[in-house]
Amino acid sequence: MSSTIISLPDQTTARLPRKSYLNQEYGLKSWLLTGDHKRIAILYLISITFFFIIGGILAGLIRMELLTPAADLMATDTYNKVFSMHGIIMIFLFLVPSVPATIGNFLIPLMVGARDLAFPKINLLSWYLYVIGGIFILAAMVLGGVDTGWTFTTPLSTHYLNTHVVTAAMGIFIAGFASIFTGLNFIVTVHRMRCPGMTWFRLPLFVWGHYATSIIMILGTPVLAITLVLVAMERLFDIGVFDPTKGGDPLLFQHLFWFYSHPAVYIMILPGMAVISEVISTFSRKRVFGYTAVAFSSVAIAVFGFLVWEHHMFIMGVSQYSALVFSLLTMLVAVPSAIKIFNWAMTMYQGSITFETPMLYAFGFFGLFTIGGLTGVFLATMGMDIHLTETYFVVAHFHFVMVGGMLMAYLAGIHFWWPKMTGRMYPEAISKLAAVVTFIGFIVTFFPQFLLGYLGMPRRYAAYPADFQVLNVFSTAGASILGIGYLLPLFYLPWSLIYGKIAGDNPWQATGLEWQIQSPPLTENFVEIPIMDHEAYDYEWLANKTQHEVQTVG
Amino acid sequence: MSHISPVLWQFLVNWLKHFAIFPPEASTIAPYADALYFALVGMTIVGMLLVGTMVTFFAIRYRKSNHPQAIQMEGSTLLEATWTLIPLGIFLVFFVWGAILYFRIFNPPANSMQVYVVGKQWMWKAEHPGGQHEINALHIPVGIPVQVTLISQDVFHSFSIPAFRVKREAIPGRYTTVYFEATTPGKYHLFCTQYCGTDHSAMIGWIYAMRPDDYRKWAAGNTSGASLAQNGERLFAVMGCNACHAGNSQARGPNLYGLYNSRIRMTDGTTMIANDAYLREKILNPSLHVPAGYVPIMPTYQGQISEEGLIDLVEYIKSLDSNYRLTQMMNKSELNSAQPAPIGGANQGPGAAPLPGATKP
Repeated sequence: MSSTIISLPDQTTARLPRKSYLNQEYGLKSWLLTGDHKRIAILYLISITFFFIIGGILAGLIRMELLTPAADLMATDTYNKVFSMHGIIMIFLFLVPSVPATIGNFLIPLMVGARDLAFPKINLLSWYLYVIGGIFILAAMVLGGVDTGWTFTTPLSTHYLNTHVVTAAMGIFIAGFASIFTGLNFIVTVHRMRCPGMTWFRLPLFVWGHYATSIIMILGTPVLAITLVLVAMERLFDIGVFDPTKGGDPLLFQHLFWFYSHPAVYIMILPGMAVISEVISTFSRKRVFGYTAVAFSSVAIAVFGFLVWEHHMFIMGVSQYSALVFSLLTMLVAVPSAIKIFNWAMTMYQGSITFETPMLYAFGFFGLFTIGGLTGVFLATMGMDIHLTETYFVVAHFHFVMVGGMLMAYLAGIHFWWPKMTGRMYPEAISKLAAVVTFIGFIVTFFPQFLLGYLGMPRRYAAYPADFQVLNVFSTAGASILGIGYLLPLFYLPWSLIYGKIAGDNPWQATGLEWQIQSPPLTENFVEIPIMDHEAYDYEWLANKTQHEVQTVG
Repeated sequence: MSHISPVLWQFLVNWLKHFAIFPPEASTIAPYADALYFALVGMTIVGMLLVGTMVTFFAIRYRKSNHPQAIQMEGSTLLEATWTLIPLGIFLVFFVWGAILYFRIFNPPANSMQVYVVGKQWMWKAEHPGGQHEINALHIPVGIPVQVTLISQDVFHSFSIPAFRVKREAIPGRYTTVYFEATTPGKYHLFCTQYCGTDHSAMIGWIYAMRPDDYRKWAAGNTSGASLAQNGERLFAVMGCNACHAGNSQARGPNLYGLYNSRIRMTDGTTMIANDAYLREKILNPSLHVPAGYVPIMPTYQGQISEEGLIDLVEYIKSLDSNYRLTQMMNKSELNSAQPAPIGGANQGPGAAPLPGATKP
């Protein structure tokens, strides 16, 4: 009897709790000076959505310009600024903070059974730093833009451009500290604030993924900060670190920049993987297959991720033997991702699968991330990289991983935990439609770019030879479908705040500690600190608990 | 079909005819690169099918209506080992395959024809040793390995020929090389693939691969009249290099005869090979490494010689394989200082312009 699935609690009778973190206090001040990790998560959610919209509009402009071979929609300088701002905003202001600072911020204390993160004030400071960084970057954009590309390549960025490079670099520098503080908070919280009985191997894989991410945030981001300071000093005082005429080395910049920016890719994708683990398990109603393998693969990615940066530089005159080493290490870092994919697939084996919106987004992640990951192997293969690097193949590859993988995972996460965050349910039919439209739009946008890349179309071209046009038209057409896919949630999610059905405490019948409390949670999360007496993803425990409640209530 | 206007129909047909989907294979490397590419595509398809089949099959077979009760299980060490080791094995195969191709592309055969290419915002300037100068174009013979030595005058650029499947970064202050051997005569795209500022997308050109006969005709008809080494010789005199590098025992500077590609002992005990990069570095930054037995008295020529001028000088020093040429040069430079007749017409680079006092011995 213990393993029989009982019917889900009737959501029609669910009521919004009288007290929650949302109505504990009112007024702008109660939000702007809050120490509550859940409110800070909401602040982050609003601000990253704002920047995502700006970055998305810029992406639309890029695709519109590339509809025709000539640079006819905007001047080449304008195009250069548009793609630079698109990259800077999407990477530093959207992808890096997306899952950790919103969903992670909201959930890590709930998942480890704590009342808040270890340092609530630092958490709030992190959001302020993010906003200040964002304002700097917006200022750079409004005052006339930056046209360095998001990579700030020297000596172009230091001596050959008279745009607002230093302002934008300052913005990234400041936003970088937001990310360091988030990482710091997560690491201390996971080490020190787990509830009684919550051993490391009872942590949800979401927490493992964020722990690995935090390691990279803390160790990697300072290197980016130093690099940007050096770029600013080179620009302002001409110190010559990267200038060959002064004995500096322009390749040094590439090394420093990619030492952060490659691990940063894992800052962006590991939290996405963390979300997928939760979603797949919940909708398959099964414990994640190979829990320890998935947990350690996150850590392995974080560690190996630091040792592969030179694969961005295979054609840049680095030693051929060092390129050999970095190619080999890059192959190794691909393995943990493969392990994760197979473990997730096996989690579905003999499960009891349902297809709610988060699961559809997770399926999208599966397909797109697998393509994104495998095309990464093309680029790690040294001889192949020579032809493919700096072309649209690279653009397609990282959009498959970052947008196809990470953004799908982010949307899966938002849809999965939306009822927990707001207490309300979004309309299911339209959200499923959004997931499907996003997937189709994505494929049509970015798949042609692989072909363009093999044809040799270089990145960051405002104008291109006419024989590349057909594929570019496909890509632009796809982008408009993709745009609709992203617009839909922007309407129905806010709509659901008022008109959505009341979700109840545990609408998905998930096992995490966050689902065992009211939705939306109390400011202090738990009335009393829980005691973890079972493994993560223990659906039998959940069934027993629910049955017990039904019996005692009924 | 009848509803589509003929103009629109023609437009569509034309448009789809220009629909490139695969680049031409025009170098000896290209078939190797494509073989690797298709193997990688094959791996991707197999991987996609495997994951796709698993996910789709499980999603259908174990959907809730069909399988209402999940059966819990732990992981399996055997399965974990399987999907760790098999992908690792496949990735390692591609690692080795890719490394072999990489070394093939970046290590030219010794008998390659030399071409120099200087990248600058926003053009490619190509120089053939025979004195042919081109902008945004490069004429090369088919069937002969060509080694391109690249350098940038300002920012990073990248020299990409998709039809040959080769690409190499042009870096400020550093020579890089790339090699290819064209197989099919034709006109191929040349792109700058490293973002380099305003007109990045206009930094494009054409590679003209020609039959050796045609190439010879082209080369004969397009020479500026002076080879790079001759330009270098002139520059050597104009800059007053021969004052110290006189080639005799009383000279203050080392004899440059036979210097190219020799091993040189430095004062700090290390040895260096006098390759192109070494020679360029010595001209711009002479006191960085001092050869044993000499004092660092040579002034820097940083900012006084363009990259083209440096290439000319390097080519000239390369050509000094006998003392005869050196002594001949000495006599000629006296002639030159008496009567600075131009050697060759155009394209001598800014460094070749007579500098006040530079010709004094």
